[in-house]
Formats: sequence, structure tokens, C-alpha cells
Amino acid sequence: MKTTYREALRSALREALAKDPRVFLMGEDVGRYGGTYAVSKGLLAEFGPERIRDTPLSESTFVGAGIGAALGGMRPIVEVMTVNFSLLALDQIVNNAATIRHMSGGQFSIPLVIRMATGAGRQLAAQHAHSLEGWYAHIPGIRVVTPATLEDARGMLWTALEDPDPVLIFEHQTLYNMEGTLDGEGPVDIDRAAIRRPGKDVTVITYGANLWKTLEAAEMLAREGIDIEVIDLRTLRPLDMTTIIGSVQKTRRAAVVDEGWKSGSLSAEIAARIVETAFYDLDAPIARVCTAEVPIPYPKHLEDAALPQPHSIATAVRQVLARA
Amino acid sequence: MPSLGADMEAGTLVQWLKRPGDALKRGDIIAVVDTQKGAIEIEVFEDGVLEKVVIQPGEKVPVGTVLALIRDSEIAAAPAPAVARAPAVSPAVVPVPTVVPGPAATPFPAAGRLRASPAARKRAEGLGVDLARVTGTGPEGAITSADVERAAKSVTATLREAGAPPARAGMRTAIAAAMSRAKREIPHYYLATSIDMFAAQRWLRAENEKRPVADRLLMIAPLLKAVATALRELPELNGHWIDGAFHPGAGVHIGCAIALRGGGLVAPAVHDADRKDVSTLMREVSDLVARARAGSLRSSELTDATITITNLGDQGVDAGFGIIYPPQVALVGFGRVQERPWVVAGTIEVRPVMTVTLSADHRASDGHRGGIFLSAIDRLLQKPEEL
Repeated sequence: MKTTYREALRSALREALAKDPRVFLMGEDVGRYGGTYAVSKGLLAEFGPERIRDTPLSESTFVGAGIGAALGGMRPIVEVMTVNFSLLALDQIVNNAATIRHMSGGQFSIPLVIRMATGAGRQLAAQHAHSLEGWYAHIPGIRVVTPATLEDARGMLWTALEDPDPVLIFEHQTLYNMEGTLDGEGPVDIDRAAIRRPGKDVTVITYGANLWKTLEAAEMLAREGIDIEVIDLRTLRPLDMTTIIGSVQKTRRAAVVDEGWKSGSLSAEIAARIVETAFYDLDAPIARVCTAEVPIPYPKHLEDAALPQPHSIATAVRQVLARA
Repeated sequence: MPSLGADMEAGTLVQWLKRPGDALKRGDIIAVVDTQKGAIEIEVFEDGVLEKVVIQPGEKVPVGTVLALIRDSEIAAAPAPAVARAPAVSPAVVPVPTVVPGPAATPFPAAGRLRASPAARKRAEGLGVDLARVTGTGPEGAITSADVERAAKSVTATLREAGAPPARAGMRTAIAAAMSRAKREIPHYYLATSIDMFAAQRWLRAENEKRPVADRLLMIAPLLKAVATALRELPELNGHWIDGAFHPGAGVHIGCAIALRGGGLVAPAVHDADRKDVSTLMREVSDLVARARAGSLRSSELTDATITITNLGDQGVDAGFGIIYPPQVALVGFGRVQERPWVVAGTIEVRPVMTVTLSADHRASDGHRGGIFLSAIDRLLQKPEEL
């Protein structure tokens, strides 16, 4: 079936709303406006204002309301417009959603799903385009997933709703218009990384929209006789180290592509864990391709220059192989 | 390609152990060459800098071929292309400061130790490859596991090529050529003397009681020292016969015939044996035997010998009359130490007796001098403590 990432997300929402009466969607402009990224377009008409709820511009309030609803037995899906805005709800997410199971001695859980857009590439400038999912991946008590493919956009939501604990779904804003063929509509696991391209020379670990840039780099490199293995993390917390280490033990080399900044990042965490577990399998230092340590620029050429790109990924891979 | 013996015509370069630009000191081992005698380490004889490698690993070249160029350290390197000066910044151009993201942009200086990846180190351990001999192709010239595997393969391949049964066949051919030449060209004379080894054995026993097990001596050590000392009195037995003339050896370098497991033999030299004490000689002989059997002898050890000794006593041989290894002019053979009735000061006693033989080149010396040489060995072995 030919579809888009946006339609796949909507189709997942529609299925969840239809299947489980406890599910409802809440967030800024998700109802009458149809969602900032038009993901929930048409759902208000289909499911009514009880289940597709527009909220005030107060992330702390409506994320907190979502936590309360989850405690009360509902299965809320909260949409936060971008990860930058989610910082207003950090207290609710980090201090409440992530801790209540622990603080209540296991008496309460928060089966809450929070969806938000992340990432740069559409000239939305420094207050709408950062990649802070790595921050959330720091926090015990929540699961962080990053659908990169149509299958994952379609299949991760239901699995996330079934999780008794909070799940954050990060949708890269450049992916919404991505078109493709979707085979199968079923739920998918949110535990394992996926090898999107098998290869033998270097393991390149990435997630979200950078998967596609990495696969583009893989094509460029293949023409030079370099065969990279591309891992789509899919879930940033908990990390599927089994898949990563298995691949690195095969290729002996690794590069991490992460749209977050290098300093204190998820890419640093992955590199450190590889060194901790597979040091004696490594044949080269681990490379990282990350966003330049600047606020995301607005001008197109500067934004492009700040982000990981297929050519910079290819360059890093060549360096790891000493073929630069 | 150095000649590693009179019988060597060509050798295969197995591996470079130094890279262009490396500083070389006299005595450094710079390459491994495979010959009919196995893989031999090649030393340099002067200080300098490895300028250029001419022969690549795997190439088989005749003796005398230039393998590499070594620049005398006092001569400057070929001038590097002049570095263009940065053009003056036009005043109209405002230089944009470069943003350096974090510390990654400035590589840390190398720690001055060998650069090998963790995987390469593990692999090298598994394969028994010496990382110092592997050329790295990884980032910043680091050795990768693939480099280690390549190195292991090239050594095994070369060894296999001239390899196990064929290697022995090659060595057989080499021994055949050298020995035929010796019997064809060298007019041998043979002498034998039986020596009372009572004093030497008593001294050895007493000496070993004082020593920790690892430092204990075998009879070969005082024998070697006695031969070396005797050669100072008889220099015409120590050297080479080349182009119709005798050339005395620059030092007393005693080749020790070492039988190899699986057949064949080599006779690497203990250098300056006359100037080393018995303990040092013991250590060096043990080291030579171990390295001869491991196949890691050095070129000078194979070419420098000025005389050879052979000890077949352990096999129960009473006396061995060897064939001289050309272009040397003498070979000393030791038989077994055997208890025999022996007349000491008019009475018959049971004494440990050994027959020492000399095979010598009559072109370089006469039997009279050879006899004096054997008596000198006898005399010296009666006062082993003075050796």
C-alpha cells in the first residue's frame, strides 16, 4: 500500500482509538486544526471532542493531565508540538511520569504515550529544531522510541500503548512527508534495533531521519567498494546492545550518526558502551557524526552545514577505514 | 640481499621490520629474508635512516640485489617541497574565525608507542605475530586485525612456499652444495686427541652446585671457551680461505652446528667467543639453539663464523671428523665423554675421557700446527677454573 509517514501515524492513531475506548489524543491544535504536522487531521470528526482534545498552550498542564489520566486507568496519547517545547513539561515527564512506579513502590504505573516532533532540516530555527531525544534516553523509568520507517510509524504506537510505563515517541519532522509502500499494518516490537543494511566493513549506528542519510552514504560508499552495515536503533532507551555489539564484532569498526550534539550525547553513550564491551574487537577508533555544537541555524545553507549529511557520514566512514 | 652462506644464491624478502623514515642503528634488525636455511633476520651495519624500500615482501632476488636505501644520518634528506607561505590576507577580506567544536579537532599527540588496534593486539596474540613486524594500514597507520592476519599469512605462505617438506628439501640441497664444494676444494687433514675430562667435570659439578638451576652450565660452555682461547694461539685455523689466500678472522666467531627438529642443520656463530666468560657463552649458545629451532637467526650469525664446532657426543659418537664449512678452514668435533681406564701418574685409573677431533684445511695450516691446537685445548681443559 502506498502511503506516507504522516498517514501511517494517523492510521495507527485511528486503529488505537477504535480498538480501545480508554485511548484518547490530547495536545495543542490536535483537534480543530488537525495537528501542527497534520497527523490528526480528520480524527476530531471521526472520534469527537471527548477523545480528540485541544489543550491550552501549557505543556506542563496537559502532560500532567495525561499522567493523571493514565493513573486513572486511561490510555492517553499526548502530542507535544516539538521536543523544544517539551522542556516546559520536563518536570512532569522526568519527576512524575518516570518516577511514580518507583515512588509508589510499584503500586501505580503510568501507561502514557507522548508523541513529539524532533530534529532539524526544515528551517524552523533554533527553538523548534533541536534533537533532545538523547536527553530523555538518559532517564530511567521511560522508554524512548524513534520510528524511522513507515512500518515503525504505523506499528510502534500500539505496542507503546500496551507498555505499562511511559513511552516517548520521537517523530523526526523531515519524515512526515516521506512516501513509500507499507506492507502489513500490525504492531511492531519496541525492544530491538534493526539492521537496515547488512555490510561487512563498518557498523554505522543511527536512528530516525538520519537512517536515510546514512543509507544514502552507504550507496556512495558502495560505489567505492566500502560495504557498511547500517543499524537503526529504533529504541534509544533501553539500547539494544546485543545487536550493536554483534555487528561491531563482525565489522570491527563503528561510527555513530546522531543529530544531537556530541557533548554528553547518546552517541557518546553508544561509543562508550562499545568500548566497554567490545574493546578487543575494535580495529579503529569509533567515529561520530553529530550536529555542529551550535544552536540550529535558520539559513538553509547553514542548517545543512550544521547537520550530519550523507557526505559527512561517508567521510567519517572512510576515516575509520583509513581510506580518506 | 646479503649472502647468508657460501651456498646461498637468492633469498625471498618476507617482511620489512622498519619503515621508510625510521632511524636505524648498527645492529638493528630491519627485515626478514627467507632462505634455504629458514627465515633469517637481516641486520644493518651502519647507522642511518631508512630512505627507501626497493624490494617488496614476497620478491625473490639474487644475492647482491639492493633491498633498500639507507641514508647516512649526517646527510640531510632530500629537501621537502618548499612550504608555500600563506598569502597575505587582503584587507578587504575579514577572516572568519573557525569554530572549533570541542577538543576533537586537535588530535592528541601519539604516545610514542606502537599503534595497534585492540582487535589487532588480540589477534596478534592468538596468531603469535610480533606486532613490531607488522605494517599498519589503519587510521594514522595503526595496525588492524586484517594487517596482523596478512602478516601471519605472508610468513606462513613464504614458509610453506619454501615450506615444511620443501624447506627441508631446500636445506638438504644447500647442505649438499656446501659439503660437495668443501670436499671438492678443501684438502682436509684430520687429527684426534683423547682428553682426560676429570678436572673439567669436577669443576663443572662444583660450579653448578653454586649456581641457581637457570644459570647452570653444560660441558659445551667450557669446551667452547677452550677452543676460542686455543685459537688465539693458532690464528691460522680461525678465518676464511678466499680466492687462494687465507684471511684471518676479525674475531673468534665460533659456529655451532645445531641439528634442527625435522632434519637439516645450521651453524650460527657465537661472536667473539674468546672474549666472553663461560656463563655468557652458555647463555648465548642456549639462545642460539632456541632461535635456530624457532627460525629467527640473524644474518651476521649465519655469515660471520670463522670456525665451526660440532658435538655428536650426546648421540654416543666416540669421535666425529667433520667436513669444513667453506670458506672456513677448520672444524672441531667433540665426541662423548666416556669412562675409560686411563694412566695417571703411572697407575691405571677410571677417568672420563673425550675425543676431540680437528678437520683442517691443509692450504691454510699444517698437521703440526693442528696438533698444537688440540694439545692447547687439552691443556686448557685441565685448568677449567682459569678459562
